[in-house]
Amino acid sequence: MGSVYRARDMHFPNVAKLVAVKEMINLAPDPLVRQTIVQNFEREANILATLHHPSIPRIYDYFSHNDHSYLVLEFIHGKDLEAVLNDTNGFLPEDQIISWAVQLCDVLAYLHDHKPDPIIFRDMKPSNVMINQNGDVMLVDFGIAKTFQSGQKGTMIGTEGYSPPEQYRGEATPLADIYSLGATLHHAATRRDPRLEPPFSFAERPIRRINPNISVEFEAVINTALQYNPGDRFPNASAMKEALINVARKTGALSKITSALPVSSGGIKPLWSFKCEDEIRGTPVLHQGALFIGCYDNNLYALNAADGQFQWKYATEGGIVSRPLVYDNNVFFGSEDYRLHVISARTGKVAWTYYTEGKIYSSPRIADGHIFFGSEDQYLHAVNVSSGRAVWKLLSDAPIYSSPLVANELVYFGTESGSFYALDFRGETKWRFQAKRAITSSPVNKGQAVYMASLDSTLYALDAISGWAIWKFRLGKGSISSPALADDFIFVGASDGFIYCIDARTSKEVWRFRTENQVGSSPVVYKDSVYCGSADGFMYCLEYRTGRLRWKFETQGPITGSPAVFDDIVYFGSTDHHVYALFA
Amino acid sequence: MADFFRKLFGSKEDTPKQENADSATTAPLTDQQIKSILDNQNVKYDMKQLIASVGQSVGKQREHNEDSVLALTSTIAGGVESVPFGLYVVADGMGGHQFGEVASNAAIRIIGGNVARKFHSYLYHLPTQSLQESLQEVMESSIMEAHQYVQREAPGSGTTVTAALVLGQQMTIAHVGDSRAYAVYPDGRVETLTRDHSLVKRLEELGHLSKDEAESFPHRNVLIRALGQGETLEADIFTVPFPQGGYLLLCSDGLWGVVNDKDIFRIVREAPNLHRACQSLVEAANAAGGPDNITVALVQQIG
Repeated sequence: MGSVYRARDMHFPNVAKLVAVKEMINLAPDPLVRQTIVQNFEREANILATLHHPSIPRIYDYFSHNDHSYLVLEFIHGKDLEAVLNDTNGFLPEDQIISWAVQLCDVLAYLHDHKPDPIIFRDMKPSNVMINQNGDVMLVDFGIAKTFQSGQKGTMIGTEGYSPPEQYRGEATPLADIYSLGATLHHAATRRDPRLEPPFSFAERPIRRINPNISVEFEAVINTALQYNPGDRFPNASAMKEALINVARKTGALSKITSALPVSSGGIKPLWSFKCEDEIRGTPVLHQGALFIGCYDNNLYALNAADGQFQWKYATEGGIVSRPLVYDNNVFFGSEDYRLHVISARTGKVAWTYYTEGKIYSSPRIADGHIFFGSEDQYLHAVNVSSGRAVWKLLSDAPIYSSPLVANELVYFGTESGSFYALDFRGETKWRFQAKRAITSSPVNKGQAVYMASLDSTLYALDAISGWAIWKFRLGKGSISSPALADDFIFVGASDGFIYCIDARTSKEVWRFRTENQVGSSPVVYKDSVYCGSADGFMYCLEYRTGRLRWKFETQGPITGSPAVFDDIVYFGSTDHHVYALFA
Repeated sequence: MADFFRKLFGSKEDTPKQENADSATTAPLTDQQIKSILDNQNVKYDMKQLIASVGQSVGKQREHNEDSVLALTSTIAGGVESVPFGLYVVADGMGGHQFGEVASNAAIRIIGGNVARKFHSYLYHLPTQSLQESLQEVMESSIMEAHQYVQREAPGSGTTVTAALVLGQQMTIAHVGDSRAYAVYPDGRVETLTRDHSLVKRLEELGHLSKDEAESFPHRNVLIRALGQGETLEADIFTVPFPQGGYLLLCSDGLWGVVNDKDIFRIVREAPNLHRACQSLVEAANAAGGPDNITVALVQQIG
């Protein structure tokens, strides 16, 4: 336990000479432990006193007082690399990291060449690397003398993620410092803290996959330093320094040339497109070769899915944003004209309509001979599929824009006041959950959990039966996007512009992908890709395990609806009035 | 009422069925078996109830018991009906002297206390305010509180923790170290739910050790994560369904290190009740040499 103070050296009363005073408080009850702590402290002082290097702080004095011991050291204006990493957004430039790496190799070489015995720093990590005002590095904290004790359980040395595998065997060699330097550089280049990852897992996080701006050559140097077998690493710090300087020469990193990797979007031609008379904000559905999609020109369109040929349209008296549903050769969909329309999928002739007291944005779901949907009139409606008569309706506390989910013999939906309901098939409330803001997102279900997002910037996992929050995941901003599921992953968009992938079991973020505007569209998973639109006008296709961009396709307006993918073709509408079909 | 008692004490009735499933040892499973497994996992709305038992032994070769165990079984007020509630924690302390015991004991108490505090109104009153945190957040804050306590009060020591919060038909598990949680299914599958945070496991995952080499690896007892150790602690926290028709088993390495999955299943199945099952598991570990402290907690959902 200890602290570091900034102090003024009063031996020089006329000038402000700042020093760093490092305090150690010795609270160990065991006398043997106390003694070891004091010895370690004096050891650090003695080591420092013999060292003279621009990257090692000078020592002025040390003393002990009761349980407290103090080192008086050169004060370094600046902050440590860990703080630098935490305080920067995005990645540090490669040339910056290389120049620090060269200096660190330099100081390690100095320590390893120390006579009579080499000094092994043993604790290379970002928080022990200070960056001073000039941007030069200083190595601090020589106090950790780690020795390996085997036998007893809990020899926890080197858990910090920067230590090499051989440390567990009690070996501390110059090559261990090389490994830790590699780990430090890996952290600096990728911003992935190895302390939060399994030990020795750097190979599982290839640098350039995380930060494509790093050159192949620099990545190779870091990888060499991180080799599992000490013999496969650089033989010494000088060799590593040389390799780094070669990288800098080859890539021109030191002359600050950065390469950007633009992703082309011009290459993709739609299979077909179809122009409506107003914005399309809804989601299409496919049924027997026909594509049904609602439009703000009040029409529901039926198009030939193969070539986009117009088949028929059906006019309502309001915009259509809900996703149609095909059941028993009828198309069901709600409209802003307060009605649920049921029309023949073949001819577009009306079968029946059902009135509510408000606009319908919620998409219908059918289960057990009933059709369920919400309305702006705050009711969740349950209507008999064949007769078109209301079976029951439940008054919620706010307009319902969320589409109900029917699973586990319950009907789940959210409301604009942030309530989330689970009703049984008789319309009785089984449980209710309260989010802090509106739930426009439509729930999805897997096993015994339901997932939905809220405008309170949270993605929720609730127990499907009891309504308990199993976990919450913080999104950058609110979301109206409905989650999609594949394997153990959950995908959801948010208005911070990101498409997120979350592990459903652990609620840990797997990846996030940045678009240029809000993502209100709901992702769709097909094969090994996730498809999602953004208000930046693009439809994105990402590899779903890694979030890597496969392609993106530009439309002339925000995409708020979700795609439908069938037979390797992606169908979606855009507010640029067009329906598009692309090869998946 | 008779029905209720049958549910409560009826484990024997199920036994023949389980034996049938188990006797078919050949892989792959038949469609029927798969169907029965899937059917068993269907969500049902019957009133469920938890029962649990624990067993402990210092083992044959240690002088002190550094393991700790907690089992708390109740129901809590749910929306319409009461929901089964259970908290089960196994902790295996380390660090020599008396400190291992301090660490494991503190861990179970602090986790137990923290969870009980969060659920206090659900457990003992009718809640007027809903719980603000998610179940995973409750478990995470409990682990962190215990971590900080051990760092403060027993520096240098550490403990494994495997804790399961069962609520309704799901369980949220928080795990650090090399104690384990198993799902024991009626068809004989014994699924390890947790991943050991041990050096040997890590080296095995990386392909640097074969299974045989791992068996004889000298540093089998070196953990790479433990409660009370390290600047940052990241526990594995996840939520999975309670094994339908089966058992949740938590244990320290004193059990799993010497008794294999098959024997664990056999012992659990053959025991007339949970208490005897726990006792027999402990006995089996001692019969195998009892090299370490042994702790088991066994949980079943009935009804």
